[in-house]
Amino acid sequence: MSVSPDDVRHVARLARLGIDDGRIPALVTELNGILAHMDVLQQVDVSGVPLMPSTAAMPLRDDALPPDALQRDRAAFAPRARDGFFLVPRLATHGQLGASTGDDA
Amino acid sequence: MSERLEESEALDAHTVAHAWSAYDRVKGGADGLNAFLAIDRDASPMVAEGPLHGVPVAVKDNLATLTLPTTCGSRMLEGYVSPFEATAVRRLREAGAVLIGKTNMDEFAMGSSSENSAYGPVRNPLDHSRVPGGSSGGSAAAVAAGIVRIALGSETGGSVRQPAAFCGIVGVKPTYGRVSRYGLVAYASSLDNVGVFGRCVRDAALGLEVIAGPDRFDATCADVPVPPLVPARSGQSRHMPLTGLVIGKPREYFPENLDPRIAVHCERALARLVELGAEVRDVSLPSTDLAVPVYYIIAPAEASSNLARYDGVRYGLRAEAADLGTMYEQTRSRGFGTEVTRRILLGTYVLSAGYYDAYYKRAQAVRALIADEFTRVFATGVHLLFTPTAPSPAFRIGEVSDPYEMYLSDIYTVTANLAGIPAMSQPIGRVDGMPVGGQFMAPHFEEAIMLRAAAALEGALGAEAHQ
Repeated sequence: MSVSPDDVRHVARLARLGIDDGRIPALVTELNGILAHMDVLQQVDVSGVPLMPSTAAMPLRDDALPPDALQRDRAAFAPRARDGFFLVPRLATHGQLGASTGDDA
Repeated sequence: MSERLEESEALDAHTVAHAWSAYDRVKGGADGLNAFLAIDRDASPMVAEGPLHGVPVAVKDNLATLTLPTTCGSRMLEGYVSPFEATAVRRLREAGAVLIGKTNMDEFAMGSSSENSAYGPVRNPLDHSRVPGGSSGGSAAAVAAGIVRIALGSETGGSVRQPAAFCGIVGVKPTYGRVSRYGLVAYASSLDNVGVFGRCVRDAALGLEVIAGPDRFDATCADVPVPPLVPARSGQSRHMPLTGLVIGKPREYFPENLDPRIAVHCERALARLVELGAEVRDVSLPSTDLAVPVYYIIAPAEASSNLARYDGVRYGLRAEAADLGTMYEQTRSRGFGTEVTRRILLGTYVLSAGYYDAYYKRAQAVRALIADEFTRVFATGVHLLFTPTAPSPAFRIGEVSDPYEMYLSDIYTVTANLAGIPAMSQPIGRVDGMPVGGQFMAPHFEEAIMLRAAAALEGALGAEAHQ
């Protein structure tokens, strides 16, 4: 299996990474160089192998407790806030959604 | 100053004033080692007592702190200050430790040399032309330079042990689940651990004892009590303190092409362990050479998911763009460096339709094989394993440019992360003046026996550990 320039562009789109076209050839070479070392795994007999080590080795418990209270007031780290919500900058494609985004953080 | 630290054989009492004196002398900041990304000259203890009262500590910049920014060595999080504090950091402070600064690192902990920081490479205190290892290179350099005696790092594939080896100090990666990861910025969640650096085994053990144990804020933190971890001082030990201990020497970690200068130091350490009463037994972990390929599928795959949160909306950097998709892409391409971009692409590829079974699913199965081999060896009566920590001493800044060649510097460390077992590195000698690390690995939650053996070896090697 080898990665093509179109694969890199496809994966970059999936990962929401803007990659200049000029970087694509180098990335193709690097990723193929790395993936070539992974081919050894194709020769391993993994029939009947469970996907993860026993749960005793990696214990989990129910996440039943309430989340931690923030130790800093929202206003101290939110760029802007209104009515208990964070406000993020408006994008041109959002259009006008009504009232102005006041600074009542 | 903590009485327990004063007992340590390595250094005199080390106060915050000593830390700043050392910081200024060795130039810990950007004009020298570049080990710190932020410092707090006004820091003082929050409690009057505690096992670390008055002890200056440094913390890797991917652990959330309230008083200093948490950037992960990335432009993406430049200036970001967390609204909550990592449990490990809180426990250090509640034990009386004084957080003097945040340490430089490979961006988002992706690297083995601390060259991948957006804020410039960290320099090895023993030779400024060389790397300190990575990704926790700033913490390792801060301890090795004598600025602090204890520092926190994080491990996903060896990012505490390998820099400890390169800098000639002790680095401990605990069992997966032994230390809370609440407030540790996620890289690869099935592998990430908080680890501890110390000037000596006892310092590292004390740091681990303070931060370890159950935490209601981390569902993956094990509900397993923490036994006393700080070994007795070597001078107080009995004549052959390791009598009855069986130490496995896995042949796959001593290949024919192992640097003979490293092999000779490992053999000397093994000879000392025998003199201390331990039995050394040849063992085999046949899938060891598959560990790096497995790791570099699983870790980037998990990273590609974890780092999706950096989208310009919630954290740090945001590029201006007319539409949402372009804003995401421009934010992420500007915010992430070369290696992070490479790993996100690699991880996205191995998880993508058509490749998932061939790469990710298969890697998970081989990971299970690797973990099972450790379980089988430990089931034969072997208490610990001893190996080299890294295949080479610290290399020069800029010397390793091929990504996979860099990945191979983790060849002896990634296995413990894949299996979730505790492991540590300690200095066992020098090659051309640069430190060589020896590694112990132990069964799950058996840190205490590992630290006891390490302390005994440290005492037996004495000055040899740095020769």
